[in-house]
Amino acid sequence: MKNNSRRGFMGKAFGAVAGVGAVASLYAMKRSWDPLPSVKAAGFTTLDMSQYKENELVVEKWRGKPIFVLKQSKEMLESYDKNMSQITGKSTAEMDKKRLIKVGDDYFLICVGLCTHLGCIPGYNPDEKSFLCACHGGMYDDTGMVTKSPPPRGLDIPPFKVDGMKVVLGETSPEYEKMLADGITLKV
Amino acid sequence: MAHFTKATSLHDWLNQRLGIDTLNRVLATEYWIPKNINFLWAMGMILAITFGLLLISGIFLLMYYQPNIDLAFDSVNYTIMQEVGYGWLWRHVHGVAASVVFLIIYIHMFTGIYYGSYKKGREMIWISGMLLFVAFSAEAFSGYMLPWGQMSYWAGMVITNLFSMGGLHLDGLVEWIRGDYVPAQAFLNRFFMLHVLLIPLAIIGLIGLHFGALRIPHVNNQDGEEIDFDAEAKKYLAGDKANSKVIRFMNDFLAKDMMVVGIFLILFFYLVFYHYDFAMDPVNFDPANGLKTPTHIYPEWYFLWSYEILRPFSTNVGLIAFAFAQVIFFLLPFLDRSPNAVPASRRGLFKYWFWAMLIDMIILTAMGKVPPEGIFSAIGFYAAITFIGLWIALPFITKFEKKV
Repeated sequence: MKNNSRRGFMGKAFGAVAGVGAVASLYAMKRSWDPLPSVKAAGFTTLDMSQYKENELVVEKWRGKPIFVLKQSKEMLESYDKNMSQITGKSTAEMDKKRLIKVGDDYFLICVGLCTHLGCIPGYNPDEKSFLCACHGGMYDDTGMVTKSPPPRGLDIPPFKVDGMKVVLGETSPEYEKMLADGITLKV
Repeated sequence: MAHFTKATSLHDWLNQRLGIDTLNRVLATEYWIPKNINFLWAMGMILAITFGLLLISGIFLLMYYQPNIDLAFDSVNYTIMQEVGYGWLWRHVHGVAASVVFLIIYIHMFTGIYYGSYKKGREMIWISGMLLFVAFSAEAFSGYMLPWGQMSYWAGMVITNLFSMGGLHLDGLVEWIRGDYVPAQAFLNRFFMLHVLLIPLAIIGLIGLHFGALRIPHVNNQDGEEIDFDAEAKKYLAGDKANSKVIRFMNDFLAKDMMVVGIFLILFFYLVFYHYDFAMDPVNFDPANGLKTPTHIYPEWYFLWSYEILRPFSTNVGLIAFAFAQVIFFLLPFLDRSPNAVPASRRGLFKYWFWAMLIDMIILTAMGKVPPEGIFSAIGFYAAITFIGLWIALPFITKFEKKV
């Protein structure tokens, strides 16, 4: 009897020590799968915004992801204002170009070029001014808003900071924080 | 200590130390198989042999493959394919076997469903088999990453994105799985480890469990007849082989089994030598490029049915439907409420359920391959709805099935 209870105690003591060890090793294993600090640190891209042409999609790279840069032409902005005023009922003069980034006097769409559905790269058609994702047929307009499902939301906008005619990706700014607060984009 | 005597032969020497006669009797000569079976009962052996082929060809590929994003593509497409003597053979055996193994798995599964081989004590055979299916799927996916071509990269991107769970936006989890913001070096390395070590270990363990699960309930037969294996074995051992309903696993059953395996291997090597291209996607002969998506991304044929269940819906609904499709086969023994363990042809409505499910999965597979446009979108959508509907209907139609 005495032996049994002593064995029982030893079993429980071993179980407790092994349990602590198991949890600790699981944590170590989880940490070993984390992205490396060097991967996380290499995260800034600077774009010179004077080089882009209207309605011509350029694909840049940030954190290994494709970044769409699309300079808006006058007619694109006008049709945007017209569409938005139909939806919201406001006059075209009051339109807030929520998803676009103003650099100098120009407006740009700068977004992560990965479909928000499952991450394929949509293609841009300059004649129809729309993006089509060939994987599952999702579509976006020239400001990156969804026009055909399955994508659950518009193309994500990376953290950006406007600095004269330059835009730094990976660094945040009040403009970007406002986009996050307004729910225009998710944090990427 | 046990008592040992001077050995009369090498056999006797080993037998005293390892009990090889007992082992042989338990595993082979007195492991009883029903007589009333057909060639579909050979699929298990074909799968074991195909796994062996994958293992052997994989060992040779492993000697030259480089798990590095700058070197992987060339190590496969140049070094192994052009420099290594008979490197092409190992690659084509590996690629064709990876594809064919799923065809046999599906035949093996649908044989089990048709003959009710997941009931009356055979539930663990079914469940361990489904675990093997999941492990083989993970093995196929991780292996598909390794050549680091366009399809490897983009399949890796899309499949790991599934773990963001749609509306839950678990991007941190996705980055954790990848070890980077996008599939890159850390991703390739860890999937290489999974493909050559962790998942194969799991598969070998599960194969042991699958075989072990067979021992007590034994193999099913063409009529779902409950056989008294002890009594029938006694009859056989007493010399009344003609009236006994069972035969030895070795050599009796194995002789026929290996006959089917032989036919399979002829077809298999015909594919390896003359039609290996069906298992090689041409898009994957372009090196991975994170800035260019291929026009159409589709998985290998054996994942198309579940891919098509994901595709016609919006993200969240699609993911739920996809998750449903992944786990529902596990529940088959419990969703089938009928006590009848006989072939589907004698089971009333279940007969139609079986063929409807088989045809629906073939339609889903076909629709998963074509671009999601127009009529194909509509067919895919209704086939996905039918798949879910059939599973919801299963407990009801089997509940009211007449006892045979």
